[in-house]
Amino acid sequence: MVPLGRIIGGTLYPGLMLTAAFIYWSLRFLRFAVHIREVCVLTAPFFASNTTIVAYFFGKELWDSSAGLLAAAFIAICPGYISRSVAGSYDNEGVAIFALLLTFYLFVKAVNTGSLAWALASAFGYFYMVSAWGGYVFIINLIPLYVLVLLITGRYSMRLYVAYNSMYVLGMLLAMQIQFVGFQHVQSGEHMAAMGVFFVLQVFYFLDWVKYLLGDAKLFQAFLKITLTCTIVVGGLAFGVGMASGYISPWTGRFYSLLDPTYAKDHIPIIASVSEHQPTAWSSFMFDFHILLFLFPAGLYFCFKRLSDATIFIVMYGLTSMYFASVMVRLILVATPAVCLISAIAVSATIRNLTSLVRTKSKVVNTSSSKGAVSTKASSKASSDLSPPFGRNAAIALLLGAFYLLSKYVIHCTWVTSEAYSSPSIVLAARGAYGGRVIFDDYREAYYWLRQNTPPDAKVMSWWDYGYQITAMGNRTVIVDNNTWNNTHIATVGRAMSSYEDEAYEIMRSLDVDYVLVVFGGVTGYSSDDINKFLWMVRIGGGVFPVIKEPDYLVNGEYRVDKGAAPKMLNCLMYKLSYYRFGELTTEYGRPPGYDRARGVEIGNKDVKLEYLEEAYTTSNWIVRIYKVKPPSNRW
Amino acid sequence: MESPLFAIRSALIFSVFALIISSTSALSASSPQELQIVNAERRIDLTSHIVRVFLTLKVENTGTSPASEILLAFPPTQVEHLALAKAAVAVGKRKKKSYTPLTVKSSELPDAPNGAKFFSVSLLNQLNAGETVTLEILYMLTHLLEPFPEEISQSESQLVYFRDSAIILSPYHIKEQTTFIKTPSTKVESYTVVEPTNRASTDLKYGQYNDRAPYSYSPIIIHFENNHPFAVVEELLREVEISHWGSIQITEHYKLVHAGARHKGVFSRVEYQSRPSISGVSSFKHLLARLPPRVHSVYYRDGIGNISTSHLRIDSKKSELEIEPRYPLFGGWKSTFVIGYGLPLQDFVFEAPDGSRYLNFSFGCPILETVVDKLTIKVVLPEGSKDPNAVVPFAVDQHMETKYSYLDVVGRPVVVLEKNNVVPDHNTPFQVYYKFHPVFMLAEPLMLITAFFLLFGTCVAYLHIDLSIQKS
Repeated sequence: MVPLGRIIGGTLYPGLMLTAAFIYWSLRFLRFAVHIREVCVLTAPFFASNTTIVAYFFGKELWDSSAGLLAAAFIAICPGYISRSVAGSYDNEGVAIFALLLTFYLFVKAVNTGSLAWALASAFGYFYMVSAWGGYVFIINLIPLYVLVLLITGRYSMRLYVAYNSMYVLGMLLAMQIQFVGFQHVQSGEHMAAMGVFFVLQVFYFLDWVKYLLGDAKLFQAFLKITLTCTIVVGGLAFGVGMASGYISPWTGRFYSLLDPTYAKDHIPIIASVSEHQPTAWSSFMFDFHILLFLFPAGLYFCFKRLSDATIFIVMYGLTSMYFASVMVRLILVATPAVCLISAIAVSATIRNLTSLVRTKSKVVNTSSSKGAVSTKASSKASSDLSPPFGRNAAIALLLGAFYLLSKYVIHCTWVTSEAYSSPSIVLAARGAYGGRVIFDDYREAYYWLRQNTPPDAKVMSWWDYGYQITAMGNRTVIVDNNTWNNTHIATVGRAMSSYEDEAYEIMRSLDVDYVLVVFGGVTGYSSDDINKFLWMVRIGGGVFPVIKEPDYLVNGEYRVDKGAAPKMLNCLMYKLSYYRFGELTTEYGRPPGYDRARGVEIGNKDVKLEYLEEAYTTSNWIVRIYKVKPPSNRW
Repeated sequence: MESPLFAIRSALIFSVFALIISSTSALSASSPQELQIVNAERRIDLTSHIVRVFLTLKVENTGTSPASEILLAFPPTQVEHLALAKAAVAVGKRKKKSYTPLTVKSSELPDAPNGAKFFSVSLLNQLNAGETVTLEILYMLTHLLEPFPEEISQSESQLVYFRDSAIILSPYHIKEQTTFIKTPSTKVESYTVVEPTNRASTDLKYGQYNDRAPYSYSPIIIHFENNHPFAVVEELLREVEISHWGSIQITEHYKLVHAGARHKGVFSRVEYQSRPSISGVSSFKHLLARLPPRVHSVYYRDGIGNISTSHLRIDSKKSELEIEPRYPLFGGWKSTFVIGYGLPLQDFVFEAPDGSRYLNFSFGCPILETVVDKLTIKVVLPEGSKDPNAVVPFAVDQHMETKYSYLDVVGRPVVVLEKNNVVPDHNTPFQVYYKFHPVFMLAEPLMLITAFFLLFGTCVAYLHIDLSIQKS
């Protein structure tokens, strides 16, 4: 059975599908003749709009309603979030960020009010998050951390006790109903922090109670010592036994790679090969956050200035998620709501201060009576810094500056959304020689060809990146796909691609492959093709099969395809399939035939002969090439 | 190597068949009426994958009783490929000549030799003894050209077999007859010679043959080059949805296949790009669909999204949509896609004198020169329509369905028309009559208005009612 994936039914986060199905059935019930596809396409935008509403209430809870409004406005257009919530991005993250923010909001609300109802609502929010995305682990670690910080800073209260206990217990029980999570929630290392904090909170409460009963400081001290030692010993023992007996599973590689950015590079090349798992570059922070990146520290400053249970939470959320965002590009998504909220606090507080300054000057007399407690304090501080005559003008200038920055943010977000996140990645667009738009729809051309013109049981071998696309659009079985957990299987494909044709043929026969699909950008100059991904095939293949040695493909530590390339490189399957009959083609005027536009070199092996495969289809711009594996020849 | 042998063998088989036919015909009784064909001329057009046969018959009544119908005979192998048969009679002389269509229907003869099938042409006026009449007959055959070799590679051109008889199969005695066959190119590999036979460039002439007995048969095989796109739509579903708010929405689901010689071996993009004249000559890249004028909101997509290669040209007489499948279609390759468009209501829906309404729409497939194996037309009438009734100029299967679309409560009546083996000549208008009261147009907007009113009403009410138990 290929591709070797996880068991979908048992290892799936069903939240997204259930949500879409629920929306679909309710629309159907109301006699809206929508297609399930239309529902799926619009699920993410719908939930993104819900997120903005939650952001408003969250901001209101943290600071005031103007901060909430600003937060909602920020998150509505923030590229970091739009990247995962555009129409058609039917991904777990689409609903998960909504669930994440909702859970946090309800929890903060519960802590602020001490109300059981909000805590239970938060537990249900958490349940929805667990059902939707693996990122729920972030919630179940952040909230205990937050509780712990509140305990240490002496902000323990009955409100916190009620909020955390009810949220944790109910949330845990609910989360265990999700088949994929199940008992992991009480057994795996990632979830231990929450349980530990739960027990700590009980001990804390118990001590509080004992202290109240005893009423004697010295006696209590002695009791405290005994209880603490006992607790730590029992807790440590339980944890140790659990770990040793395997009852508590250790942390997974993914978790390690989050805590230590260099972990994946050394231990799991397959995780490191995914571009969205790379550490984030400054430019992508700038791209996704723009001015929020500068407003974020300012917001932190305001939060610290007005510390409350709620602001402590947002500070912790902001700092931890920012750390994770810098470890992995895709986690920018998790940081986005926090960054938007904190920046909204910064902007809201600044503008409030400035406007009050503008107003106070006109009505110097009745400042204290007309302003709220916060703004008075802030404005008096501000007015003391600036001398009265310039104060007002400076405030107006700063206000204008703020508006300028905010409008810049809007322009940037619109631009990013239209340029980077609006076009589907499967259709490539380029500017033609005369400035017109050229569309390369080669992927779909190839997938549709596979779907219509190959036997329905044909098996297609390609690098795993295209697995899902071939399965979904081409409706054919693939050998490895985006979900393949079996690293050896991916390595086998990597090995086949990097072997000589006859060796590769043996591997392909053993995998029962009928067609091989490669992506090739030499004609169009499309750079993320299989030749450029080839280093990962060699590395992953070589990681499992020592026959494949990376140095064989390198010349001076470089992958080359021109005349100076390594002989193994020039004759491996991937090279042959990419460049078969490419040597006859003139790609660019004034260049020799066989000029590879993606790498800007003339290829080294123009006379590629295939013995065991034959060209079955090549798309109009050569981006996808499909080869048929010939049946074994007769032996007489 | 194999083709001449094969040709000879099949020619032998056919001549045996012909012998049997002639012997049986000799035994069988004479035709029902004492009719004979004085002169017959047949022109067979093989330039596309649809075989068109034009037959001109000059019939004379030699008996004593007047005749009201004339029989056409087809061998059983052709009947199953017969898509359409039309007959007309010429009225008037020379300049003022006009043609009046006659009805053609399938008929049975009890003593038909070798399973020959018959169609009868009903004459306008009875043909009295001694009179003659000239009939123009057109019939079309699909899937009759058989590719040989069955599989060709990219650089080869497509050769096909055409089988027929040099002598027109007829239940009547034919005095004089000639057959002209037109091939698409001068490249004819082989053809059966039945003296006298002449060939000049793209034309083959069989005859003239004199005084042939009824049911005479002389099989011929022509093996020739035909690189015309063999575009066959295996299944076409056309859905016509009428909205009395001013628009007709048409959605057409196509299952297209290249029914010519199957492609074998490699497909080389280099060859295809650099040598288009010799590489993949029998393949086709685009198709032309002729849509009604004033068409709007045209789309062209398939199961995995929009197909970006199409061009639409609109002028006041017609609209042309040039569509390009995602890949060129070689023999045996398939493609499925959907074309949809909107049309203004007033161009196609009219009010009949009796107060009912009718849709007047063309029947066949809008893509030029295609054969449709199975055509289904669904006319979705607005909710609340009554007494639907379809009028189609030829025999189709009909039944009713109900469709639920946006905000439908009782569903929309759907008239389903089905027909197999449809050729471009079936693009004639058909009508669907139904009764519809305009008040039903307002049902759905009123439902929406009520729903929103209730929603806002409840919101307002909720905000004004204090539901708390404690009194603050």
